[in-house]
Amino acid sequence: MTPTTTARSLPGSGDERRHLIVAIVNNKPGVLNRVASLMRARNFNIESLAVSVTERSDTSRMTLTIVGDEVHVEQAAKQLYKLIDVLKVQDVTDESIVEHEFALIKVRATKRSRPEIVSVAEMHRAKVVDLGDEAVIVEAVGEPAEIDALVELLREFGIKELVRTGSVVMSRGSGSIEEQVKR
Amino acid sequence: MTQAGHVPGAGSEAASASERARRDMLRDTRVTTRGGSRRRIGADALCEAILRQGSDTIWGYPGGVILPLYDVLADHPDLRHILVRHEQAAAHAADGYARASGKVGVCLGTSGPGATNLVTGIGTAMLDSVPLVAITGNVPNALIGKDAFQEIDRTGITLPMTKHNYLVRTADEIPYVVAEAFHLARSGRPGPVHVDITKDALMGETSAAHPSAAEIEAGLPGYRPKIDGHPRQIKLLAEAIAGAKRPVILAGHGVLIAGAERELLELARAAQIPITWTLLGIGVVDETDPLAYGYMGMHGWKHVNRAIQSADLLIGIGMRFDDRVTGNVRTYAPKAKIAHIDIDPAEIGKNVVADLPIVGDAKNVLDALLPLVTKVDPAARAEYFAELATWRAESEGSSWHGSGGFRDGVLSADFVVERIAAGSAFDANLTADVGQNQMWVARYGGFRRANSHLSSGGLGTMGFALPGAMGAAVAVPNKVSWAIAGDGGFQMTLQELATIVQERIPVKIALMDNKKLGMIRQWQEIVYAGNYHSEQLAGPDYLKLCDAYGLPSWRVSKPEEVDAAVAAALAADGPALIWFEIAERQNVYPMMPAGKGLSDLIDKWGDDGEDVTEGASGPRVDPTDPQSGGPK
Repeated sequence: MTPTTTARSLPGSGDERRHLIVAIVNNKPGVLNRVASLMRARNFNIESLAVSVTERSDTSRMTLTIVGDEVHVEQAAKQLYKLIDVLKVQDVTDESIVEHEFALIKVRATKRSRPEIVSVAEMHRAKVVDLGDEAVIVEAVGEPAEIDALVELLREFGIKELVRTGSVVMSRGSGSIEEQVKR
Repeated sequence: MTQAGHVPGAGSEAASASERARRDMLRDTRVTTRGGSRRRIGADALCEAILRQGSDTIWGYPGGVILPLYDVLADHPDLRHILVRHEQAAAHAADGYARASGKVGVCLGTSGPGATNLVTGIGTAMLDSVPLVAITGNVPNALIGKDAFQEIDRTGITLPMTKHNYLVRTADEIPYVVAEAFHLARSGRPGPVHVDITKDALMGETSAAHPSAAEIEAGLPGYRPKIDGHPRQIKLLAEAIAGAKRPVILAGHGVLIAGAERELLELARAAQIPITWTLLGIGVVDETDPLAYGYMGMHGWKHVNRAIQSADLLIGIGMRFDDRVTGNVRTYAPKAKIAHIDIDPAEIGKNVVADLPIVGDAKNVLDALLPLVTKVDPAARAEYFAELATWRAESEGSSWHGSGGFRDGVLSADFVVERIAAGSAFDANLTADVGQNQMWVARYGGFRRANSHLSSGGLGTMGFALPGAMGAAVAVPNKVSWAIAGDGGFQMTLQELATIVQERIPVKIALMDNKKLGMIRQWQEIVYAGNYHSEQLAGPDYLKLCDAYGLPSWRVSKPEEVDAAVAAALAADGPALIWFEIAERQNVYPMMPAGKGLSDLIDKWGDDGEDVTEGASGPRVDPTDPQSGGPK
């Protein structure tokens, strides 16, 4: 009558990795707060978040990176969808995408180290946008891993200040998440 | 000294606006000329908008910035305003009104404390998916963010516990926002919506027209609740049902919200499936129906939990497999394939893995499913139903009530609940409080009608019964409305006795007084090894209390007095209270300690002595176990 029953498995595989979520939202006051509050209340940790207006002035685009297994992240996307001001949510992690991040790095410099910093920057397709006697500012655009590598190299000169925007992504080809938004 | 005096940034546009606003706060701002013609202001538009949505009652409490509304209320005589004694009760009453009638409940408070007092009621409605529109007044626009008198970030507070919320700054926005708020509150998975309106918006003149339902829907591109289930999934469910030998239906609040009781019963009859229900699903089926099997979960009937644990197909409809339903998920329904129907996609796969997920409205999904269901001959299930009947007889017979504990002269709570239900011809609305009384109502209420059981299931809000029953009484005047509260919950909102007397709201109150926080005492006895603290609860002489409020009341301490008191309370014109002095140490059994599974029920009937335990893991629970939650 009672064969050995295996325990019911809990939702989620436990295989955690970084996911990229794109959300198209109404461009209204308070929407960022709604998204941030939801993620906090539901115990999702946002690693990075980039927000800007889209091609249409009435919508904004958010790019969130969240670490979790597939069920955890799917739950985050579903909860986001429940917000009235969220028009479209897509997990683009496994899609063919361009993922870029922007960084400004203020590096400690001397007359002697300056040329070296400039060449490190150039090797990484980064630009020096401010050249001072004691510091230079390097501007970098690229995949997060590329920026990580550049930051690592610049660290030996001494980084005084670092700012990164978090990833923004766009799918390759002609597809458009914005065009998929039902209006 | 110049004219600018001490005004910060004097001369700027913003500075003069806040100066004007401060002045206006204190000035006589009356706009009406009763009986004569006058301007239509935002407050008028608000009243019109509420009435257009089919709600006829506001539960509210006035205060400074909301006074422009009270200035015009008398000009909208179809809208009944009921003055409560505390805003929390306004929200619960609006909630009870909504649960009992299906209409959207409306509650109202002023800025600051008016709004924060509403919060518990808004949260209660959120967790139980109750359609509610909460309206608050806000300080004038120019004073927002200035820490003005009674100013606090209301929309920030309600944001995580509403389906949506609004800050309305102009009178012209009011018709549209209020219509949209009602639409959001009642459609899809219902919930509370908060509309915060500045004083200038309430007072501003407006000619803004009310939008049509179509305009509202078109204006919400981000909100398209999925109503119809996926045809392929529905077909798979029909196949799963055809192949099942021991199917069980687990019906929740979503069935009642969708109004799918008839479709549910048709499914159960066609495929011969017993119906079990969650706390908020009580009333999905007449409990005397042969296919109605019972209430499950932490304090559910043992036979019902047993049926779930032995099922090969568990069909959850309009429910969310919360922790009071499943206990330990790993050992939950171990042999069953789980089919999960819910309108909220986020509920699917949240707490349990659904083998067969269907997103959609319960009624639409069942309508689509029924034609595909293979009819099952009751004879083919004879063995299954015979076993279920045996289990049922065992479990009902072993309850204290079933064993006739009341015949020994002890006033047991289950007996009282049963006599109240029977004395009201099983046709009353019963509003429970939270704690042991809530479980006794759920187990012994004998419900026969949809939406006749009101209970704060999700948030578990003590103090819900009296204001909730008040709302039900006003919403459904042709049904008796009982508030069944423990002495703990009753003392949290008993100020509403004044409201039911003043407004002549015929709530019948059953006060289940064990002079304890009973569920706390039960947990301390079972989970905390008898280390009692703060479970003793003194109360007033409730007869004197009722006298003071002008309410007829009776005191009952023996089983044989119950029926007469119930009859007398029902015969009383208007509100009444019965003070039941119940057994002080009766526990709610069975009990599934949190973190344990449905097969690990503690089962003991009686008022004293040792616990008898069943199941492998015994009754003692590690209070430090994070899974253990706490008392309900």
